[in-house]
Amino acid sequence: MRIRKYALLATVLALASLALALDGQIGIHDPSTVVRCNGKFYTYGTGGSALVSDDGWTWRRGATLPRRGVAPDVIHIGDRYYVYIAANIGAQPKAAINMIWNRTLDPDSPDYKWEEGGVVASSDGIEDCNAIDPGVLLDPTDGRLWLVYGSYIGYIRLVELDPKTGKRLNPNDQPRNLAINCEASDMIYHDGWYYLLAAHGSCCRGADSGYNIRVGRAKKVTGPFLDNDGVDMIQGGGKLFVGSGGRVVGAGHFGLLDLGDGVQKFSMHWEADLDRGGASVLDIRPLLWKDGWPVAGENLKEGAFEIESVRTGTALELAVEGMPVGGPRGRGGRGGGGPGAGPPGAGPGAGAGPGGGGGGRGMFEGQGVVIPPQDVAQVSKNWPVGNIDVRMANYLCQAQQKWAIIAVPNAGGYPGSPYFKITVAGTDRALAATEDAELVVLPAFTGGPEQLWRMDQLADGAWRIMPKSIPNSKEALVLSAVGSSFATLAKFDPKSEKQRWLFKTP
Amino acid sequence: MNSHRTQHMPALALAVSGLLAIGAAAQVPPATLTSPASPEKAPGADGFIERWLLLEPIGVNGLTDSAVQAAVKKEYFPNQFTVIPHDGDKVTAGDAQLTWHAVDTKLYNVNLYHFARALGKPTSDVLFWAVTIVNCPQEMRGVRLAIGSNAASVWWVNGQEVIGIYGDRQTVIDDGVSKRLTLNKGPNIVRAAVINGGGATDFCARFLDAEDKPLKGFTVSVGEVR
Repeated sequence: MRIRKYALLATVLALASLALALDGQIGIHDPSTVVRCNGKFYTYGTGGSALVSDDGWTWRRGATLPRRGVAPDVIHIGDRYYVYIAANIGAQPKAAINMIWNRTLDPDSPDYKWEEGGVVASSDGIEDCNAIDPGVLLDPTDGRLWLVYGSYIGYIRLVELDPKTGKRLNPNDQPRNLAINCEASDMIYHDGWYYLLAAHGSCCRGADSGYNIRVGRAKKVTGPFLDNDGVDMIQGGGKLFVGSGGRVVGAGHFGLLDLGDGVQKFSMHWEADLDRGGASVLDIRPLLWKDGWPVAGENLKEGAFEIESVRTGTALELAVEGMPVGGPRGRGGRGGGGPGAGPPGAGPGAGAGPGGGGGGRGMFEGQGVVIPPQDVAQVSKNWPVGNIDVRMANYLCQAQQKWAIIAVPNAGGYPGSPYFKITVAGTDRALAATEDAELVVLPAFTGGPEQLWRMDQLADGAWRIMPKSIPNSKEALVLSAVGSSFATLAKFDPKSEKQRWLFKTP
Repeated sequence: MNSHRTQHMPALALAVSGLLAIGAAAQVPPATLTSPASPEKAPGADGFIERWLLLEPIGVNGLTDSAVQAAVKKEYFPNQFTVIPHDGDKVTAGDAQLTWHAVDTKLYNVNLYHFARALGKPTSDVLFWAVTIVNCPQEMRGVRLAIGSNAASVWWVNGQEVIGIYGDRQTVIDDGVSKRLTLNKGPNIVRAAVINGGGATDFCARFLDAEDKPLKGFTVSVGEVR
C-alpha cells in the first residue's frame, strides 16, 4: 500500500536526474562559436562539419565551408561573417590560419558567397607554436579585434586583426604569448576583465579524453591571465570552468553565445556523449558569473519543483485553498495539550482551537508517525474543475505548490533546451499565458504555444521563465512577481529581481 | 452636498462616544485616524489611499479561503456590494446597528485596531467593510490595485472582485495585487472586506501603474458619487 502511494512521487523525483542533450544531428568536433544569421544558428567544426538550427535546440547538417581544416571560429562584424580556419602544412606544428568571409551564412540567400581573406597567423614548424584552433574577440570597450590561437606544441598566442577587413592589422607585429599547455582557446570580456578560456587535457580519445575547459583572467587583453590561485596561464595555470560529468566526457572549445538582456550561454563540444554511443557532440549551456569568474550552468532538468520568486521569497501556487500536510491541526497547548477535535478523516488534530485536556500530544510533539508527502489526488478533489488563477504564497510543501516541469517532444526549443510544460505535479493542470498577459492554470495541457515555457538560467543562477507565445500578442514577456502574492507576465528587466525565479526541490 | 457632509462631520472619537458596546474594552482615541476636513484628498506620497468609509466590525470566524469567501459573500445588510455609504449612515446587520465612519489616516495604512478600539468594539474575529471613491480625471488603463491587510481581505473595484488574500497574515505593502484593470474617468468605487482573527488589524491600498510604480493623478473622496 505504501509503495503504491509513493509511486507517483518516486516517478517525479526520478525525473529530476534526467539531463537533456541537444536534439537532432549534433555530431561535431571542435565547434566554432555559435552565431546567428537571419534567425538561424550556425556552427562549424573540424573536417568540414557544419550544423544549423532554427531554434538552437534541434540541429541538422549545414552547408560546409569552402575551406576544410580544424577548429574554425566565426564572428559577425557589421555586414560580414568572418571565419577563421586552420590547417597544418605537413606535420605539426607547421600550420596557418586562413580567413574567409561572407555576407550571410545562409546558403539559400542570394548574397551567399565566400571570399578568401588570406593567412592571418601561422607557425613555421620550428617556433614554439602550432597555429591552429583560432578564437576571435571583438573588444566591446574599444572595438579592437583580437585572435588567439595555438595548441599543445608551444604557446597560445595573441595577434590583432583589423575589424574592417578581418585581416591581420599589422602583419609584422610579433604575436604575444598568453598561455601554455593548452589549446582550443577563446577570449571573452566581462565587467572589466578579459577571460582566456582554453582546454587542458587530451582530446580525440572518446570517453578516455581528459579535455576540460579552464580559465584565467586579466585586466588587459594582453595578459597576464591568472587563475583563481594566482597562477599565470603561461605557467600552466587555469581555473576549472567545465569538465566531464553525468553522461558526457571531455569538454572543449568554449564559444560565447550572448542572447542579450544579460542572458548568456556558451557552446562547446563533448568528446564523448555516452548516450549517443560515445560520439563527439555539440552542447549549449547557460553561462553564469560568480565572484568575477565564469561558471558553467546546466540546462534545466525535468522534475518536480517549488518555483520561488527571488524578489518575494514566495512560491507560485494554484489559487486553491491549501490543506496542511498531514491534515488540519489546531493550535494546541505548548505541552501536554491534546489536538483539537475535528471531523473524522480530516487528519490528526483537525479542528480549530487549542487542544484541551492532558494526556495528548503537545503542539510541538508532532503526530508520532512519519507524515507522507501530500497526495495530490486526494487534496485536488476539492479544486475547481475549470481554469484556476495563479498566485504566490509562503511555501508549505502543499500539493498546489509543486510543479512538474517536463520537456514537450516535437515542440521546438531555444538555445540549449526544449520547451517545457509546467503542470501541477501529479495532475495535468497546465500553466498558461492569457491574452491579457496574465496567468492561468488550465484543466489540462493541450500543447498550445501559450502552454510551452522557456527557462533561461541567468548570470546569478536564477531562472527566467517565458511562454513561447502570448495569445494575440507578439510581445516577449516573462513570468514576473508583482507584489508578494501575485504573478503576471511583464517585460524582462535584467536588473530586476521580479523576473528571477528559483527551482527548488520540493 | 458631499463636501458639506464631510466638512461638518464631527471628529471620530467624539462621534463614537455614544456607541460604546456593552462589555467592550475602554475606548482609546484613534491616534492614527482623523475625520476628513476637505472634500477630496490626493493619494499619499507613495500613492496610498488615505481616505475611507469604515463600517463598525461584524463578528465572523475563520481565515481560510473558503471561510473568508463565505463570510464576505454573506449578505449582512441591504445593497452590501453596491451601497455608497455616507459618514454616519447606519445599517442593521443581524441584531446590531452599525455605523459608517469617514476617516483619514495619518499613515500609509488604515489601522482598524485603532478604529474599533476607539469605538469600544471588538477587534478579533471580526469583519470590517471599507469603501472609498477614486476620482480619475481620465480613463486609466493597465493599472493594478495593490493592497496589504491584516489579516485576510477581499477587494472589489467597480463591483468586480479583483483580489483575495487569505490566512492569518500581516500587512505587507503590495501583498495582494490585482490583474491589470481600467479605472473609469470619474468615480470608481473601491470596496474591501477585511477579516481579522486576533491581534492587530489594518490594511493599506494603492494603485500601481503599468510600470508597477505608485499611481497618482487622482483624488479620493467619500460620500456621494459626483
